[in-house]
Amino acid sequence: MSGGDDLITRGMPGATAQPGAGHPRAAPAVGHPHPHDSAPAHVSGRALYTDDIPAPRNCLHLAFGLSERARAEVISMNLAPVRAMPGVVDVLTAADLPFANDVSPSGDHEPLLCTGEVYFHGQPLFIVVATSHHLARRAARAAVVEYRDRPAALTIDDALAIGSRLEEPIVVSRGDWQAGIAAGTHVIEGRLELGGQEHFYLEGQAALALPAEDGMHVHSSTQHPSEIQHKVAEALGLPFAAVTVETRRMGGGFGGKESQGNALACACAIAAGRTGRPCRMRYDRDDDMRITGKRHEARIDYRCGFDGEGRITGIRFDQYIRCGWSQDLSLAVADRSVLHADNAYYLPAVQITSERLVTNTASNTAFRGFGGPQGLVGIERVMDHIAATLGADPLAIRQANLYGGPGRLTTPYLMEVTDNIAPELVAALAERSDYHARRAAIEAENAAGPIIRRGIALTPVKFGISFTLTHLNQAGALVHVYTDGSIHLNHGGTEMGQGLNMKVAQVAAEVFGQPVSAVRITPTHTGKVPNTSATAASSGSDLNGMATRAACETIRERLAAFAAERWQVSASEVRFEEGTVRVGAGTVGFAELARAAYQARVQLSATGFYATPRLQWDRRAGRGRPFFYFAYGAAVTEVALDTLTGENRILRTDILHDVGRSLNPALDLGQIEGGYVQGAGWLMTEELVWDKAGRLTTHAPSTYKIPACSDRPRALTIELWKGDNPEDTIYRSKAVGEPPFMLGTSAFLALSHAVASCGDGSLYPALDAPATPERLLRAIDAQRGEPW
Amino acid sequence: MTLSISLTVNGVRQDLAIDDPRVTLLDLLRDRLTLTGTKKGCDRGQCGACTVLVDGRRVNSCLSLALSLDGAEVLTIEGLAKGDALDPVQQAFIAHDGFQCGFCTPGQIMSAVGLLNEGETGDDPERIREGMSGNLCRCGAYAGIAEAVSTARRLRDETARPLRDEDETRRIA
Ligand code: FES
Ligand code: FES
Repeated sequence: MSGGDDLITRGMPGATAQPGAGHPRAAPAVGHPHPHDSAPAHVSGRALYTDDIPAPRNCLHLAFGLSERARAEVISMNLAPVRAMPGVVDVLTAADLPFANDVSPSGDHEPLLCTGEVYFHGQPLFIVVATSHHLARRAARAAVVEYRDRPAALTIDDALAIGSRLEEPIVVSRGDWQAGIAAGTHVIEGRLELGGQEHFYLEGQAALALPAEDGMHVHSSTQHPSEIQHKVAEALGLPFAAVTVETRRMGGGFGGKESQGNALACACAIAAGRTGRPCRMRYDRDDDMRITGKRHEARIDYRCGFDGEGRITGIRFDQYIRCGWSQDLSLAVADRSVLHADNAYYLPAVQITSERLVTNTASNTAFRGFGGPQGLVGIERVMDHIAATLGADPLAIRQANLYGGPGRLTTPYLMEVTDNIAPELVAALAERSDYHARRAAIEAENAAGPIIRRGIALTPVKFGISFTLTHLNQAGALVHVYTDGSIHLNHGGTEMGQGLNMKVAQVAAEVFGQPVSAVRITPTHTGKVPNTSATAASSGSDLNGMATRAACETIRERLAAFAAERWQVSASEVRFEEGTVRVGAGTVGFAELARAAYQARVQLSATGFYATPRLQWDRRAGRGRPFFYFAYGAAVTEVALDTLTGENRILRTDILHDVGRSLNPALDLGQIEGGYVQGAGWLMTEELVWDKAGRLTTHAPSTYKIPACSDRPRALTIELWKGDNPEDTIYRSKAVGEPPFMLGTSAFLALSHAVASCGDGSLYPALDAPATPERLLRAIDAQRGEPW
Repeated sequence: MTLSISLTVNGVRQDLAIDDPRVTLLDLLRDRLTLTGTKKGCDRGQCGACTVLVDGRRVNSCLSLALSLDGAEVLTIEGLAKGDALDPVQQAFIAHDGFQCGFCTPGQIMSAVGLLNEGETGDDPERIREGMSGNLCRCGAYAGIAEAVSTARRLRDETARPLRDEDETRRIA
């Protein structure tokens, strides 16, 4: 694993290509790198996304009229000009809504349409229904709205000044943190500002509502079909049972489609109810960026005491989370920031205070990591700061503080870390990536004072897996076996590119001993599997895989019992493997068995259910076991920084990541790599800027810089940690959606290392994120004693 | 005022009446010809999801006015395969997992075809990445995308032989 120019060894150490691999019949179901189930459709343009569903006859198109103020009273709204625009069929305001005017995912009130007070720039005021998407959008701009401005709170400081918060601060503490800090031989203080992040799912939000004879059918690009069902039913005054919601796939979600699709689906359903015609809506990209919530901006203040070895003796964090104008999922997001303030480190005496601040900006929402990254980057900054203070290697400081050793395994919220592999994993990565020698070489090179400085950093990740709202940790599945032996599979999770459908199909194939190609995965549908949780919290394959296995096992047991009786063997002598069914010494084809069982009137359909065991959590007290287990990983990133322009690039990245026993290494590698890229983007280039009026000025990819193909590391190696999940998860795998996102922290701190080389070591760079070229230049000049 | 143009789309001649001079090639493809394989990611020329070939050159169809393309030859993702035989670029994207959600994929593939037609990259990964940098992938499947493009380049040279098992499993070896 040395850094050649384009070294990409994504793969498991020791894994070799198996002869015949790639042929579904020869491939084992679980653990094999099957490509994404939609791969052939994706490469030929046949994969349908919500807005690709052919327009039904008479279909109407919707657009929102948006607020042009961040905080104001609407004095008057003249919509006559809108109605007069070509193609307009209907215009609705809050007063026209027949039932609930609410799209909140949290039980808190969040109006679909403004009811007189405007709370953010871009808030929907009215709905235009027209004969085409463009006509609807054009008409929406014809409205004449008069506002009376009120003072807006846009920033964390604004919100703090007027005490604008969602709830009283949450405080989690353990031990005497004040005494702990005082006991340190050194004490440092600092502040880290972290920017938000736009999801920029490449497919924007979209919905299509089809009026049915006695209800409504909705196609939605959503991670949470059940919630869309509930919100639509409430908006139409219908029982949940009268509404069905279907999601085939999303063109990316990343958390941005957990709650943000509610508004479009409700608007379409209401308009479809009024007009009796199909209604569809999609946000244009800049509307999408203005209206929908993003990753929460955060400020982390810290005060930390530590001994001469850099071991923390006591620490205090104050986390300030900018939630935007409504609650959405912010409480749970901010909770997760608290729960990841320790990352992989033992904090002997600690207090974490979390402020959930309301501002007049789009309502921030779920985004891969769900608040965890903000908490995690906070402690990683502290590790770096300690190292700078002692003039030590940051890796040594990290290793000194990792969980491990007697009495050093308890989290601030009193959950014991029983699956800790952080020390071994970090040591292994340091060795494989040749961290120490490379760091020494970089320091020596930087000491000569070149214009291009390099930096390197290794950061670990420990991420808690489970929804912290305990009741969400449940899932269902529905499986049918047909008489030709084909298997129809439906589960409550949604496919957004993460490969969930393939992983779950692999589980089904494994139980029946059939090739993956025998399993047909069908769109997520509230009529097939009800009362589902969002596909979120990385839990998709953990929960839905287990539910699917349960359903498949029910059918398999019935088939085994039938075969045992028919051929007079014991049920344990019936084995489903290698594409066939062994009955005693003989074999019978799976289809043949299914047919025979059908003729004997054996039920070949079953549901399955799973609830994650052993969770209990008191969020106000900050005590309990919120997570089933932890997923671990670590990354080393090396960067080059041009000290004249602030431009930079990632030269090399080495990742070692823990997915337990991988269900599908190809999909897992994709998640790890994509997560890293997205995490590095958040901390390096993706900058959201609002102007003084509260208008988002970076509402297009021209001004909002997400990583491109040319930004990815020159050399990238990803290896999977070898080891089963000690908890009884689906085939001992671990969740993989979110944890790799935080591997990007190493890129941020590598830049900090490069910046620090410009000074004499007396000033810690204290970079804020994203570390844009401007911020880097400013930090470099500060190092040189020329602050600006 | 209604104007009419004629286009050849995926080998089929289309005579189309255009009632609004602002109609883009992208909307024409998606809304009029129901060729929804070409995606709209930003509608302003910044993401590459709408990439198609016009007279063999890659363009952002969201920025191309349909009216200006009278007589042009348009190739979209739907027209790339020859019957059931996928183009080498399509094969390579599958073999290298050059996608996750797939939404950028049609644009990536058409852009890759255009890039290979331009013939400027050689086997230089840096130039391939640079040449593909107009196509954003939010899922971050860039490693697979870049590998797919360079494999496709080799495959094309070898007269489009179908992928063998080694190609499919190479990346985990
Ligand atoms: S949709 Fe054309 S470039 Fe984004
Ligand atoms: S695969 Fe999702 S955007 Fe590229």
